[in-house]
Amino acid sequence: MDCPLTENIKPGEGPPDIEAYEKGGGYGALRKALQNMAPGDVVQAVLDSHLRGRGGAGFPTGHKWTFVPQGEQAVHPTYLVINADEMEPGTFKDRVLLEGNPHQLIEGIILGAYAIQADIAYIFLRQEYATAAQRCSRAIAEAYARGYLGRNIVGASFSLELYLHSSAGRYICGEETAMLNALEGRRATPRAKPPFPPVVGLWGKPTIVNNVETMANVSHIIEHGADWFRQLSRSVDGGTKIYGVSGRVKKPGTWELPMGATIREVLEEHAGGMRDGFKLRALIPGGASTEFMPADQLDVKMDFDSMQAAGSRLGTGTMIILDDRTCPVGMVLNLMRFFARESCGWCTPCREGLPWLVRILEAIENGGGELKDMEILRRHTGLLWLGHTFCALAPGAMEPLQSALKFFEDDFLRHIREKRCPWR
Amino acid sequence: MLTPEELAEIETEQTHYEQKRAACVEALKVVQRSRGWVSDESLSDLADFMGMTTDELDSVATFYNLIFRKPVGRHIILVCTSVSCWVMGHEQVLDHLRKRLGIGLGETTADGRFTLLPNVCLGACDLAPALMIDDDLHGNLDTQKIDEMLARYE
Repeated sequence: MDCPLTENIKPGEGPPDIEAYEKGGGYGALRKALQNMAPGDVVQAVLDSHLRGRGGAGFPTGHKWTFVPQGEQAVHPTYLVINADEMEPGTFKDRVLLEGNPHQLIEGIILGAYAIQADIAYIFLRQEYATAAQRCSRAIAEAYARGYLGRNIVGASFSLELYLHSSAGRYICGEETAMLNALEGRRATPRAKPPFPPVVGLWGKPTIVNNVETMANVSHIIEHGADWFRQLSRSVDGGTKIYGVSGRVKKPGTWELPMGATIREVLEEHAGGMRDGFKLRALIPGGASTEFMPADQLDVKMDFDSMQAAGSRLGTGTMIILDDRTCPVGMVLNLMRFFARESCGWCTPCREGLPWLVRILEAIENGGGELKDMEILRRHTGLLWLGHTFCALAPGAMEPLQSALKFFEDDFLRHIREKRCPWR
Repeated sequence: MLTPEELAEIETEQTHYEQKRAACVEALKVVQRSRGWVSDESLSDLADFMGMTTDELDSVATFYNLIFRKPVGRHIILVCTSVSCWVMGHEQVLDHLRKRLGIGLGETTADGRFTLLPNVCLGACDLAPALMIDDDLHGNLDTQKIDEMLARYE
C-alpha cells in the first residue's frame, strides 16, 4: 500500500459510504486506539511517524498536540478545528480528500481528538466546496449513526461532537487565529500571538488547528505504525504527499507520491511535461505564497527541508507553472492583486502596502513603469516582511515578489525600457 | 421578519457553538439562501435575534466575499481570477462573459438572471480556467462551452 490516502479514491465515482469504508478496514484504527491505547500513545505514534503539517508550514503534528494541557491542567471543552478552507491560489489537494474519502478524514479527526482529549471538533470548510460539504455532511451523519461520534464512542468512555462549519469566502480565515475568530462569529482578523491557540484558542479554551491532508494520515499511522509510515517517505518527513501541478502542462492534476519526490518526477512523469509549444520558465512550488524556483532546480526533492534549502518552501506542494509565453510581471501582478484584495485590513503595512505594490506593478506591466519603481518594490519586500506585519499574509505575498525580482529582473527592466509588456 | 423556517434553521446551527452569536455566519447564509441577499431589514432582524448590534453583524457580513449586502441575480457566476486560471486564460473567459451578458464584474443582468463576480482561487486549478454558477463547478472553459453552460440556467 504505497498510496494510503488515495487508494480508495476512484476518480469519477462518489466516495466510499460507511459500509464500503468499513469493509476496507475503515474505523479499525479508531477501535484499536479507543480500546487499547492511551491518548498519549496516539500522540507518541504521530510524533514517531514524523508527520508534519500539510497546510504549508510543516510543523510536526504530534509536537503541536503536546502543547494541549493534559491531566490536572486539562481544560474542557478542548477543541479540534480542521482547516478545510483551502484558498491558497494554485492549491487543490484537500478538495481531493474531502470529496474522495470523507470517512478517512473523520476517522483521523476522532483519533486526533482522542489524542488531545478534545470534546468538540469543527471542519472549517470554504463555501465554494459545495460537493465536499454534501459528502462530509452525509459522512458525519453516518458516523454518528454507527456510534463513531457522539457519546461513548465504540463503547469507550471517550465522547466527541463533530460539526461542519461552512464559511463564506475569505482567504485570511485560513490563518489559524483568524479561523478562531470566524468560528466565534467575529470579524475574522488574526489574533495576537502569544497566547497560542493550543493553550488559549476558541472561546479561550485549548484548541488545535490541523489541515485536512494532515488528519487524513492519522488513521493509517495508528493502523500500520510509525515505522511503516516513515518508510513510505524518501525524506526525513514521514509519509506520502499529495502533489499537484497546474498551468500549461499536458496533464494537470494531483498525485499521491512518497514525500520527497523530486519536482522533475512530479512535473515530467506525472503531469506529462509541458504542452507542445511551451517551455518551462519557472515554477511556484506550493501555492501563491512560496518563492519562484527557476527551471534548473527540477531535481530538488519536494520535502520541507530540501525545498527550504533550495530557497523556497514546500508550502502546499501544489505547483504552478510559469511557461515561456506567459509574462512573469503579469503573473506577479495577478498574485499581488489577490493578496491586496484578501488582506483583512487590520494592520497598516499590509492594508496600504499591498495596493501600492499592485499600482506599481500595473504601471510596469502597462508600460508606465520607471526605474525607481524597482527600488520601491525591493524595499517593500523588507517592509512587509515578518516582524513588520500582524500575521503572515503580507510576508507570504513577498515570497513570490522577491524571488521574481531576483529571477526575472531583466523582464521587469525590459517592460520599463520598452514601455510595454513584451508578451502582449 | 424572519420566517419560522429560517428561525428553526438558525436555532439548530446555534446548538453547535458555545455562544449563540457564533452562528451568525450561518444565520446570514440561511437568510441569503431564502431571499437571495441580506437587506438592511434582514440584517437588523438577524442582529436582534443573535443578540448583536447591527453594526457588529454588518462587520461580519461585509467581511465575507460571498455574503451579499446588495440584491443579486437568480444565478451567481463566480469567475476564478487567481493565478492558475490567469495563466490558462481567465481574461478571455471574462471578456466572453462580459460580451454575452452585457455586464461587467459586480453587475447584474437587466432581467435579473445573472450576477457576475470575480472569485479567489476555486481550488480547481487542474480544470483551469474555471468558474462556478451557484453550486456547480465548470472547468476547462472555452467560449462554446460557456454558451452551452449559460443556457442551462434560467
